[in-house]
Amino acid sequence: MSISEQELNDFRAQVSAWMRDNQPADPGFLLPQTFMEVGDERQLEFLREWQHKVWSAGYLGMAWPKQYGGGGMPRVFQAIADQEMRRHGVPICFNVIGLGWAGPLIIDIGTEAVKARYLKGILSAEDIWCQGFSEPDHGSDLGNAQTRAVRDGDEYVINGQKIWTTMGNFAKYMILLARTNPDAARKYDGLSYFLAPMHVPGIEARPIRKITGEYGFTETFFTDARIPADCLMGEEGQGWKIAMQTLQYERGAEAGAAGGLMMVRVTIDDLVEQIRDLCRDGEPVLQDPVMRDQLVRLIMEEKALALGDKRAHIAALTTDYPHSLPLSHKLRGTEMSRRMRQFAINLQGAAGALYVGDGQARQGGFWQRAYFNSFSATIGGGTSQVQTNIVAEHILGLPK
Amino acid sequence: MSVIGNTALSFSEEQAMLLDVAREFCKNKSPIAVVRSQLETDSGYDPALWDEMVGLGWAGIALPEACGGSGMGVATVVPVVEAMGRAMLGTPLVSTTLAAQLLLRAAGAGRMDAALAAIAAGATATVALLENADWGDTRIGCTLGADGALGGSKRFVADAAAARLFVVVAHYRGAPALALVRAEQLAGGAIVPDTLIDQTKRSASVDFSGVVVADENIIAGEGVVAALRDLHLLGALLTAAEATGSAGRCLDTIVDYLKTRKQFGKLIGSYQALKHPTVDILTAVDSARSFIYHAATLVGEGPLDKDAEIACRMAKAHATDTLLYAGDRAVQFHGGMGFTYECDAQLYIRRAQWSQQQYGDAQHHRKRLASLLLD
Repeated sequence: MSISEQELNDFRAQVSAWMRDNQPADPGFLLPQTFMEVGDERQLEFLREWQHKVWSAGYLGMAWPKQYGGGGMPRVFQAIADQEMRRHGVPICFNVIGLGWAGPLIIDIGTEAVKARYLKGILSAEDIWCQGFSEPDHGSDLGNAQTRAVRDGDEYVINGQKIWTTMGNFAKYMILLARTNPDAARKYDGLSYFLAPMHVPGIEARPIRKITGEYGFTETFFTDARIPADCLMGEEGQGWKIAMQTLQYERGAEAGAAGGLMMVRVTIDDLVEQIRDLCRDGEPVLQDPVMRDQLVRLIMEEKALALGDKRAHIAALTTDYPHSLPLSHKLRGTEMSRRMRQFAINLQGAAGALYVGDGQARQGGFWQRAYFNSFSATIGGGTSQVQTNIVAEHILGLPK
Repeated sequence: MSVIGNTALSFSEEQAMLLDVAREFCKNKSPIAVVRSQLETDSGYDPALWDEMVGLGWAGIALPEACGGSGMGVATVVPVVEAMGRAMLGTPLVSTTLAAQLLLRAAGAGRMDAALAAIAAGATATVALLENADWGDTRIGCTLGADGALGGSKRFVADAAAARLFVVVAHYRGAPALALVRAEQLAGGAIVPDTLIDQTKRSASVDFSGVVVADENIIAGEGVVAALRDLHLLGALLTAAEATGSAGRCLDTIVDYLKTRKQFGKLIGSYQALKHPTVDILTAVDSARSFIYHAATLVGEGPLDKDAEIACRMAKAHATDTLLYAGDRAVQFHGGMGFTYECDAQLYIRRAQWSQQQYGDAQHHRKRLASLLLD
């Protein structure tokens, strides 16, 4: 079935109008830029209500099957809806682990019963999902996860500890990577993958206070926690494979994710726009030659990333070190973002020392908080240093 | 409107084909031993090799078909120049291409067809532009009298000793103009070669005093100013393309050494102190390639617009900084060997210093980018 240009344009206009009319008013507290920043109940309830509203309007999970709460439409519609959400600057759809990871995985490999049980709650934001991959001693070495799952009749008994569980204290379900066979020849083959309920005895999610002073992550402790055996995805020993499959979905609606604005991107445009009134030596900071040079360097970095995404699709221009662009993207993007946010504070003069909570802090301390939060991206998902090793070894072929 | 602006990047089949052919050609014809054999010659290149390149049509890639060119534009010269940069192949292709573009853009189609046809057929040409070391100085001291007599000298004229044709930028009737001068018109001793940091390159001071230029070889009028502006940007782009190729090759040289050299019982490439900066070079080279082909996408036949200007300046600012970093680290990572003339790292660090100083260094371009992006 081909979709006419007209149909797509009409749809865009319709979404755009809806976003304009339904954009929530400023709640009077800082809204999370990413799902990793949901620190308290009022932020949670605000975002839950918003996601529910977007889904009810038909602009979330548009390409997911209709019988499970989706829209059953071609993906292009969701892509348009996402673009319009970004353009209107509406809040994020915050149930990201469900929408972006667990959901697509369930659609791809889940049984009918599993699909019927979980998918709708992911979209409606009734069921918040979290992810249990990282462990305190194995931050960047996922394959070495040690949390144990032991089969006991119709249940698995879970013991161990996960860390950096986003919204662990709010979540109803967790995608859990646990070791069912500690004697497997390869460490990867001993892992299994579960869709685990969080509200059972023996699971305790303790909020972690972040560098920002806020909450958003938990440390999750499992002490003889019993979960039903049918929570296992696939078979025992397939955990690593399924976890890797899960990570593939991360990139938006194209990869099967439900869509929705997953994070508010902070761009160099935001920075340039928001510093126009700042001064240095009594003149606008945008006239200062040294600061201008710094800004140009940052603009060039961000532009180079955008151009790299384009070049990555041109075969004739990717023959040297193939895959270097996609494999280094996370490293480059997150490091650039961190430096840009740091510089944004630098530009503020004495006010750069103020923080969230101070009435005089610029934009409520937005950049200060954004800078601190940027470390979650340069550390999470493989630290920049580990990423650099990966690029060196896999792309350049340098020895371990 | 985003400060990131235009991010167009396309690559035609013709460009892809030329990149492929040029890489293969340069790899076969210009191994490092051949590059080294030219370091101390007068012209810095092998005329027979230049004839082969002309035979492949490279001198006329960007020239109109009416002049014997292939009409594919400067965008298609970029992959060839990148390939030459990779092979460190020094020939007058860049200086000749730029001279031809200046003529073509200033005079418009038709007027300079004879000279352009000669260039497409292999006559080497160069622009006599600078009078001092400042790329940002637009004043012109060289004069062209009403009688057609040139007065004054030019400095840093690329490939001057080899050039058959000079496009001389001179002050004429109160405005910038171009004078087309044949090498035979120069007085004996008019060309005084520079001793360059990059021994694969050649330039000279050239004294044009007393050369008389016939009317048909003078280009004056409004088109000249716009063409000179384009020349600065296209020169920046082609220098960036060449530097990007050289940086890519420099990276390969580093990677090869890091994979084979052992110290303290380990391959040195396993040390993160060397491994991580090498990844920094890789990502910088990646960006340089994205920038030059983005700029190639935006430069057309007509005067360069603002997006194209931004693209050329970014390409130059980034590519030559990248080569400086790569060359610098290549020397350091080769240890004691890197300090020798025998080690190829010297070729890259020397090329880096030379490239940085062609058509404005990174600071020169970032200063202008600031105005283009922030004002």
